[in-house]
Amino acid sequence: MKRQGPIILAFVVGMLMMIQFFTPNPFFLSLYNTVLDWKQVVLGCTFILGTWSLIRYHLTRIQRKQDNWRYSYVTLAGLGFMVLSAGIWKTTTGPYPWLFSNVQVPMQSTMFSLLAFYVASASYRAFRARTVHATLLLVAGALVMLGRVPIGAYFSGTVFGVEISLVEISDWMLNVPNLAAKRGIMIGVGLGTTATALKIILGIEQTYLGRTD
Amino acid sequence: MDRYEIWRFDGERGAAAFRISLPDTVGLMDYLESSPRVKMVVPGSEDSVQVSKMVAPGSRDTVYVSKVAEPDVEDSVYVDSRLSRDRQYQHLLVAHGGNLTLPYGLTAPESPRRQWIKYSTINILVAVAAFLASMLVLVTRARRGAKLFIRRIAGLEAVEEAVGRATEMGRPILYVPGLDPMDEVATVAAINILGQVAKKAGEYETRLVVPNRDPIVMAVAQQVVRESYSAVGKPYLYRQEDVFYVTYSQFGFAAAVAGLMMRDRPATNFFMGHFYAESLVLAETGNATGAIQIAGTDSDAQLPFFITACDYTLIGEELYAGSVYLSREPLLLGTLKAQDYAKVVIITAMLAGIVLSMINPGIAESFKSLFR
Repeated sequence: MKRQGPIILAFVVGMLMMIQFFTPNPFFLSLYNTVLDWKQVVLGCTFILGTWSLIRYHLTRIQRKQDNWRYSYVTLAGLGFMVLSAGIWKTTTGPYPWLFSNVQVPMQSTMFSLLAFYVASASYRAFRARTVHATLLLVAGALVMLGRVPIGAYFSGTVFGVEISLVEISDWMLNVPNLAAKRGIMIGVGLGTTATALKIILGIEQTYLGRTD
Repeated sequence: MDRYEIWRFDGERGAAAFRISLPDTVGLMDYLESSPRVKMVVPGSEDSVQVSKMVAPGSRDTVYVSKVAEPDVEDSVYVDSRLSRDRQYQHLLVAHGGNLTLPYGLTAPESPRRQWIKYSTINILVAVAAFLASMLVLVTRARRGAKLFIRRIAGLEAVEEAVGRATEMGRPILYVPGLDPMDEVATVAAINILGQVAKKAGEYETRLVVPNRDPIVMAVAQQVVRESYSAVGKPYLYRQEDVFYVTYSQFGFAAAVAGLMMRDRPATNFFMGHFYAESLVLAETGNATGAIQIAGTDSDAQLPFFITACDYTLIGEELYAGSVYLSREPLLLGTLKAQDYAKVVIITAMLAGIVLSMINPGIAESFKSLFR
């Protein structure tokens, strides 16, 4: 039963969720909403598990005096202080919202802003015209980028009697070859998603249960 | 169901500009919700057309049915949700033009009746049933020993080499199972691949580090890694602190993993699952540390970043094929083959659509409606 139980559970719940997609029956609709509610409850409980994992990870680091172990004190102190301040002063007043707005949000914004530098370094590597493919990528990238900025509208010319602007070329590249490739990928993803879901419902795929044999 | 025709009026002259037909008015049915609703689709997006509801059959009193915006639908969609099961209703199309308002196309009096199947999803139901049937046939064939050809996927071929490299260098392997929760299929696919990677890491006795953004994914990943080590006869290798929770914050997670890469210098990085804007932060940091990187995602927006910064990238469906490819389990190979056949059907349908569009646009439009 220990082996069959999760497979039977996955089959029953999977089939019920699949049926609810195809029927407007109120029973299946309420069942679906109940499952969503339970998901929130389970998620709430697993945050306790996650927090305990985080605490244990850093306690282990401190205990074993691993490299940079002192920073684990900062993590644990931050975690403890945020929990305590939310409990003592509530989440709308006191240090909790102040720390959130003045420490957490700026740090997240900083990480997000770093993306600009990462994009620059990745683009530099991708656009080095060493091969035919890289050169094509460089040309396509340059055309699309120029077509996306206001100055792109000033680049236009007549080809075989038809006036074409850089904006139109950019739009065509995005909406025709780029979109065609994207849709090809999305069709594959759709099939892969359906196949994986069916494999789990039918019990063919069991790796997510920890069974790799 | 009757077909109704409506004419668009050009200002006060009342001249017909073109014809709009209302195909198969759906009748009064429960639609999506437990309360009765009716949904009518009027082809085209003419503002001069409106749908009204008669308060009582034959009554002169009418109430406009509100038009709703549906994404990616060019036609006009009207949904009437103010219905009661114990009454009869009639709906009519009304055309406006200048100061003219003329009623056209009246439906028969009907009471709402319970709908057991969402008729709008029948095409999906048929497609899923056909796909399921082909999967079962191919799984049965695989079980009987039929040899199924699967094309080579470079990113998955490199897994063995990547794990071996970490072993030779005496450094850990980093595995990030995406940022989505466990109910996303991409995360399930990432966990499936994790099982195979953990088995190889176990065989080579190499440390595997799995930071998680979702606590449920963490719990599943812990179980999968533990079982994988046990499957290769080395359960003692499992350390719970190596499969840990970091934070739910997107960029907090990215910062923590990037820091981990800079400090611990893993020799191999795996990024499998669904990623968002942090994908480039992770992949570029890994690139800077000189690690061999294998990524796989179904997020088309993040694919270019991974392709640029990683050594190998599993594109879209290859992510879902990962565990099958690595395990070479015959039953699972059957399901992979079914995907290939489904792609053949889709490509054939696309070609048929193109040919029909050139031969007869009317039939092509009907053909297209099969897939809506």
